Amino acid sequence: MPSSTALSPDQQARRRWMSVLAKAPAEKLIHLWDSLPDKPDWSYLRRPETGMVMVRGRAGGSGQRFNLGEMTMTRCSIRLGDGRVGHGYVAGRGQGHATTAALIDALMQDETRRAALEQAVIAPLEASAADRRDLSARKAAATKVDFFTMVRGE
Amino acid sequence: MTETLLAGLADPTLDSQRVFRAALDALSRPGRAVDLPDVLPDGAPAPLMPATAALALALFDYETPVWLDPEADRLAVRDWLRFHCGCPLVADKAQARFAILAGPLDALDGFAAGSDAYPDHSATLLVQVAGLSEGAAHRLTGPGIELEETMQINGLPDDFAALWERNRGLFPRGIDLFLADGARLIGLPRTTRIERKEA
Repeated sequence: MPSSTALSPDQQARRRWMSVLAKAPAEKLIHLWDSLPDKPDWSYLRRPETGMVMVRGRAGGSGQRFNLGEMTMTRCSIRLGDGRVGHGYVAGRGQGHATTAALIDALMQDETRRAALEQAVIAPLEASAADRRDLSARKAAATKVDFFTMVRGE
Repeated sequence: MTETLLAGLADPTLDSQRVFRAALDALSRPGRAVDLPDVLPDGAPAPLMPATAALALALFDYETPVWLDPEADRLAVRDWLRFHCGCPLVADKAQARFAILAGPLDALDGFAAGSDAYPDHSATLLVQVAGLSEGAAHRLTGPGIELEETMQINGLPDDFAALWERNRGLFPRGIDLFLADGARLIGLPRTTRIERKEA
């Protein structure tokens, strides 16, 4: 697995939006897509298909790699009328989710549309992902127990 | 991106079954041309013919190393095979389980013929020819042929019957052959006996 330092800035940018699209809730992503103006012509290169991927983990970032387990995912590849290819890899069985993620990935590669899409789709999704993470971090923090040592004998 | 990637099968499950069925028909009736169903919404990446491309989509996967002859070895073909089939592309023809020959077929040597214990570990060649109905006539006999079949191929080498006889001598080892022209296909399993018909 190449580290992120080995990726070009373009690849890092694409990795970021692919990650946002993959983790976004399907209904929200599809809703944002539906509200976008001027949709492009597109066709399937590879229709959505559902499969399993092995998720690998590593304890503490330095331990041995181990197979954590398999998860369901759906992938899809599309091609726009101008030949740009977009890929969507998303968790779960959402075929519409994978197709929409692929479409947005293809459009994000178009420099002229990137800024608008970033503002209309990626930024809101990223913000709501941060909110979700924040909320679960707060919930977890509320249950945190601080252990301290009582000094005995006084 | 250099060239536009072409789409794969519209319905991967049913279309690949249809193509597989046609390939099975071709191999079970050697020498008789079979029409492959039209399964490619965008056509085939040049120089592949529709029949070759359809067979590739139906048969190739990550377990089948594929060898391309110099004529077929183009970036568009490599990208297309990698994307749709996920098959490894090998430079050494002896490692290949399938080979695509878009140029002339000059030898059957060098391809894996399997072993006596595993004769199925052999290569299947997809050879593109210029025509399946004119050219030198060959008489075919053997399993799948009641009396005899006549095959006329435009684009096989003159000594094809001799090359094939050598392949047949390896039985049960040996390679199997598909001849493709456009969307038509002739199958030649290793069991078929081929003689050159003198005009």
